[in-house]
Amino acid sequence: MIGGRVGLALSPSLLVSLARARTSILVSGTNGKTTTTALVVAGWGGDVVTNDTGSNMPPGHVAALAGSSATRVVLEVDEAWLGAVLTQVRPRVVVLLNLSRDQLDRANEVRQMAERWRLALAGGDERVVVANANDPLVVWAASEATNVRWCDVPTPWQADARSCPQCTLALEHGAGPWRCSCGFAKPSAITTSLRDGLVIAGTRHEMRLALPGAFNEANAAMAVTALVEVGVDADQALARVGDVEAVAGRFTLRTWNGRTMRLLLAKNPAGFDALLSAVEPDDSDVWIAINARIADGHDPSWLYDVPFEKLRGHLVWCLGERRLDLATRLDYAGVAFRVVDDEKELPVESRAVPLIANYTAFAEWLARSVPC
Amino acid sequence: MLTIANLLPDLLGTYGDAGNALVLAQRARARGEEALLLSVEVNDPLPVASIYLLGGGEDGPQRLACDVLARGALAERVADGATVVAVCAGLQILGTSFSVEGDDRYVGLGLCDVTTTRGATRSVGELRVRVGERLLVGFENHGGRTTLGEGVAALGRVEHGRGNDGLRDGFRSGTLWATYAHGPVLAQNPWFADAILSSVLGYELDPLDSVADLLYEERCRASRS
Repeated sequence: MIGGRVGLALSPSLLVSLARARTSILVSGTNGKTTTTALVVAGWGGDVVTNDTGSNMPPGHVAALAGSSATRVVLEVDEAWLGAVLTQVRPRVVVLLNLSRDQLDRANEVRQMAERWRLALAGGDERVVVANANDPLVVWAASEATNVRWCDVPTPWQADARSCPQCTLALEHGAGPWRCSCGFAKPSAITTSLRDGLVIAGTRHEMRLALPGAFNEANAAMAVTALVEVGVDADQALARVGDVEAVAGRFTLRTWNGRTMRLLLAKNPAGFDALLSAVEPDDSDVWIAINARIADGHDPSWLYDVPFEKLRGHLVWCLGERRLDLATRLDYAGVAFRVVDDEKELPVESRAVPLIANYTAFAEWLARSVPC
Repeated sequence: MLTIANLLPDLLGTYGDAGNALVLAQRARARGEEALLLSVEVNDPLPVASIYLLGGGEDGPQRLACDVLARGALAERVADGATVVAVCAGLQILGTSFSVEGDDRYVGLGLCDVTTTRGATRSVGELRVRVGERLLVGFENHGGRTTLGEGVAALGRVEHGRGNDGLRDGFRSGTLWATYAHGPVLAQNPWFADAILSSVLGYELDPLDSVADLLYEERCRASRS
């Protein structure tokens, strides 16, 4: 990382020259960036350079590219940096997963982000945008781009796209495709969909993922769509993507002081909603760890946008520096909870307990635990 | 029956603001009151309620929310004695005018003599307000500068953060309560939730021991450190 920052200080055009004569795929969005980036890397195969250190801003991109001569490049890009990185890296493909509220005290407002993306992505004959057709803010961001491959993938979180990005009237999310009375609507020219497998441009492919959850099916579908654009065979890519079991510690079984847990990362309401839906009825206990440091966003207001009511019937052990914020939220949601001031109090269970943590809390638990 | 209506969460609810309605309903229920919690979306008619809540939002949705509410009967309900609890963009909408992109004097609901213009900078961070003998602790994220007309009392005096203008935060005018502390300000400040409930129910509430009190003490400590 330090090398990356020094590099940028030396030359603002360093990223431009480092990325030149390579084939690059960029991945951005609020949720699923790291996982989808890892899926694109795995699916591409061979010698691929990527920024898998968690640094998804230009210093991290410079550090990754400076350390490898691989011609295949996959970069995870922070949403706020997409425009700048796009200009400097000149990617062949840009994957836009979703946009929802995340750490708003840092990035201000999500609609402004969509507007900035739209300006950055307009035109661009030389690149292809792989975009989520079920996220109205992503559609707004991508619809001025010359080449778009629209992906009809599961996107349950719609709370940030209730009003139309074009005219601010209420979007209609009825039985049919979402639309607005002003004419802004879900694109009809769908390239990729998930129906009994993965369908890309009319061809159906078998898809079996080691990763859990509908959200990972959406990530994989968009990853493979991007790879097809750089000439990778979809079935070969899918075979490699399907074998990915864990990404940067996420979804893995870990042990700590005799306890076994499945470590899950969620940083915002949409991510939490997806993981809460994946909690099994048999999971009597759920551990949740919440911090509010810079990387998490200092304001945990978003806890009230998470449908914690889904955890009624479970016992939640509240961990992390903002455990009292979490406990208060759960109390008002009618969910049984315990506040854990000392982690040694955590019970030793015979089965693995889901541990859902936000960014820095996840990093702490990853560091203190070991793989099973 | 206490009817609590969270207004336009599809437009104003950027920061977990729906939590405030939930907190009022749950704390009323804990005192043996029946409480009905309603979520009123943009195409729904305005129901009759004892308490209406308005959250924060971005420029476009804020403008639309104001237009929708102006067409509805909120002013009549307030004239009939209904309480309104508004945060951030919701606070601005209650006044006579506010600032949105492209229009520095967008006409508000005019329920009180309060105007908001665009401040020179955006304020993002912890807000601490002295309200009588209590502290109100929360988080603000806004670019507004709010001026109170004569006869409109500020909610409290800013000890940390900006609030309306760096000196005062929010306002109280009749049955209107407003603050720039967005999101679950009532979850974090149980005394404030109870003060509002008490004003609506017309009697002093018994204390309610819960984890929210521990959260409040912790946030007060953190704000002062």
